[in-house]
Amino acid sequence: MSGLLMPKADDATMSRRSDIVTALRAIVPGEGVVDATNAMRVFESDALTAYRQLPLVVVLPQTVAQVSRVLKYCHENNVKVVPRGSGTSLSGGALPLEDAVLLVMSRFNQILEIDYPNRVAVVQPGVTNLGITKAVEHEGFYYAPDPSSQIACSIGGNVAENSGGVHCLKYGLTANNVLGLEMVLITGEVVRLGGKHLDSEGYDLLGLMTGSEGLLGVVTEVTVRILQKPATARALMVGFPTSEQAGKCVADIIAGGIIPGGMEMMDRPAIHAAEDFVHAGYPLDVEALLIIELDGPVVEVDHLISMVEAIAYKNGASTCVISQSEEERMAFWAGRKAAFPAVGRISPDYLCMDGTIPRKELPKVLAGMRELSEKYGLRVANVFHAGDGNLHPLILYDANIPEELHKAEDFGADILRLCVKVGGVLTGEHGVGVEKRELMPEMFNEIDLNQQIRVKCAFDDKHLLNPGKVFPQLHRCAELGRMHVHRGQVPFPEIPRF
Amino acid sequence: MTIFTPKTEDEIVEAVQWALSENAPVEIVGHGSKRNLGRPLQTEHTIALSEYSGVTLYEPDELVLSAKAGTSVAELETLLEENGQAFQFEPMDYGPLLGQAAGQGTFGGLLATNLCGPRRLKSGSARDHVLGVRVVSGRGELFKSGGRVVKNVTGYDLSKGMANSWGTLGIATEITFKVLPAPETETTLVVRGLADDEAARAMAIAMGSSGEVASAAHLPLNVSGRVIDGDLKGDASTLLRLEGFAPSVNDRAAMLKGLLVSAGTIVDISGDTSRKLWQEVRDVIPFADGTEQPVWRVSMVPMEAYKLVASLRMGAAVDAFYDWQGGLVWLRMEGEPEAEAVRALIKKYGGGHATLVRASTSVRAALPVFEPQPVPLAALSKRLKQQFDPSGILNPGRMVAGV
Repeated sequence: MSGLLMPKADDATMSRRSDIVTALRAIVPGEGVVDATNAMRVFESDALTAYRQLPLVVVLPQTVAQVSRVLKYCHENNVKVVPRGSGTSLSGGALPLEDAVLLVMSRFNQILEIDYPNRVAVVQPGVTNLGITKAVEHEGFYYAPDPSSQIACSIGGNVAENSGGVHCLKYGLTANNVLGLEMVLITGEVVRLGGKHLDSEGYDLLGLMTGSEGLLGVVTEVTVRILQKPATARALMVGFPTSEQAGKCVADIIAGGIIPGGMEMMDRPAIHAAEDFVHAGYPLDVEALLIIELDGPVVEVDHLISMVEAIAYKNGASTCVISQSEEERMAFWAGRKAAFPAVGRISPDYLCMDGTIPRKELPKVLAGMRELSEKYGLRVANVFHAGDGNLHPLILYDANIPEELHKAEDFGADILRLCVKVGGVLTGEHGVGVEKRELMPEMFNEIDLNQQIRVKCAFDDKHLLNPGKVFPQLHRCAELGRMHVHRGQVPFPEIPRF
Repeated sequence: MTIFTPKTEDEIVEAVQWALSENAPVEIVGHGSKRNLGRPLQTEHTIALSEYSGVTLYEPDELVLSAKAGTSVAELETLLEENGQAFQFEPMDYGPLLGQAAGQGTFGGLLATNLCGPRRLKSGSARDHVLGVRVVSGRGELFKSGGRVVKNVTGYDLSKGMANSWGTLGIATEITFKVLPAPETETTLVVRGLADDEAARAMAIAMGSSGEVASAAHLPLNVSGRVIDGDLKGDASTLLRLEGFAPSVNDRAAMLKGLLVSAGTIVDISGDTSRKLWQEVRDVIPFADGTEQPVWRVSMVPMEAYKLVASLRMGAAVDAFYDWQGGLVWLRMEGEPEAEAVRALIKKYGGGHATLVRASTSVRAALPVFEPQPVPLAALSKRLKQQFDPSGILNPGRMVAGV
């Protein structure tokens, strides 16, 4: 892809490749080490497929002891390591490096314990997100965070990315649903954070680990909260003549004390693309469509449906359909869930962005996007997690037209800048990875970024874990360790007692 | 001795830079309401955030609130209540337990000690609701992390990193939290007369049902009479709190009564009495006796915790009650803190951690107040401290000696 600069491959490591492969084979026997180019090809990218790179070697450990020994070896021998779960990252978080061992955790695929009285499941990191729900649903339980890739993405990857999903305003993100981790530090030390009990005795290392994009440690076991499935769920499909009215409706629902299980918005291009594709029955004469799902006991859902319906009409809804059956509810969602492939049908290629904005800024951001769309000559369709402000603009382009990818990337970067400008952030759930790395200074100044890198230094002072991700530039830890304040040089040496 | 009371963020930065230049450790406080919690400090100087206060952003429709660190939590709660909202994690107030007035805590202290309450199982603690922070590190640098939106994975979550750091990593100057609608209605079902193990099972059944129980606590016989003016005396009380819109609360209450019909007699407590009951459970009012008798806060696996209490009772006089479906145990020791016994039993029964939240200054200086960590984890915590506060000037030794 256009000019992605990764850390320069270390010649010394490259020249030791066969020694490294031999050493890894001694730790992980059999088919657990893959070094043939053809066999490594399947690992050369994650779900951000525009970036591809063969790793130095792939290792697929099966035990915690093996993970520990691999990391210890790499630490002692200054070999970089890129951890990988299912490889569904949308930001290039698991993109291999030419001079790094790719540590694939897919063989950690066992559910270790399901404890219903304490409502937790203890699983290995390679278990898929949906796999946890599948293992407990016969007892009426589920695991709440549901990223759209849940059929494939691993829980270890969810921890690395702090994955969300459409239900997170009500049920929280991965960080709110993980109780404990076992992880291996780059030194090979195995530590446990939290467990089946709540909170920790010291610093919230669990909170720091969640969303750290594989830069702090390798997760080998995850303890998650499981919840009783809501008794019922019903949805409303509401169309509005303007996005302002839809936005006001969302605000009024929340101001009314209602936190829906899910609340999704689509703009006109997204509605049309989805309707053409799956014929969900979406109205085509509206500018904004809301899908609002309420879940819980039947009487509660019935009660809230009527409240939400009144709020929708008060805000000028032109259509409002309430699901009368599970089939109808699923049909409402079918269009929304198919929005990405639907856009894929009307355009040879698209880029999916992932900013979050304060909800009230939506009309301003949509207007800004229309201007940018004209400026770049590229179409954009929007789906929006309206409850939590997470916006996914899909930028339509054709990779076969010279410079169009580059234009699409610039357009995307401008959208994210706009998100930050209105008080939002660069990424709501896809992660920074390599994709948004260079945009970090839009949100953070040098001091902010340096303090984040110092956290990295506490966990991995040689910067061996997943280098080239998240940070535009990783300063050496020793460099960051210098103190710039010395006696007599502070602004107010004789500080008053204010 | 110098007490700095900065009124601006710049003055907070300057105070830390002064401490750095003098190599003088400082104690960080708000109003000092939790000063008697944690290891006693030996610092000569203090930075008090009490005059750096005020709400900087509150947008009810956006479910977001920002305030300066010295803002009183009680004032924030009043403001939220006026708008039908609340901190859903209902931060406890340590004041009464520690022999201080209620309502003294600050916003900064709330995050630094990761406060929460009886809704912990369902709604999390402060760390689950913090969205963003501005912080002055021990390097005298102001940094920010997070933002004002719920969904944000841009960079490491240093906001969570500040939770439960007890002022040892940095001084949070301004904090942004997610706020949520306050429940319209609340009712508590009280199951009478259960033994601790029976209560643990009843609470597990209730919490694992579709009744959406917001909180589950158990007050054994000798504690039960010490809440809501003695209304529950005479029998142990197992409390199940239901919240939400009235039709839903009524429906779920009926369902749960059916589910627990064989457990024991069930009575209802509703409205303000229910709210008062949970506030007293939250603030450990049964042990707010004005003494310095040791009190432990123990977090364990819910179904194991009663075993710890039963074992302890074989060797020591102990008063105990449970929150969080049994997973939070408040222990008041009649004699010595028995730290080794308590911690050995936690390990035996599935793990967890114990904090000696109340004890005399000399006891807190001599015993590890916080659960000691295994060597690699302790080393990692120490490295983290060094990265935020390399000179060790912020609340040194507040959590662990030398950190």
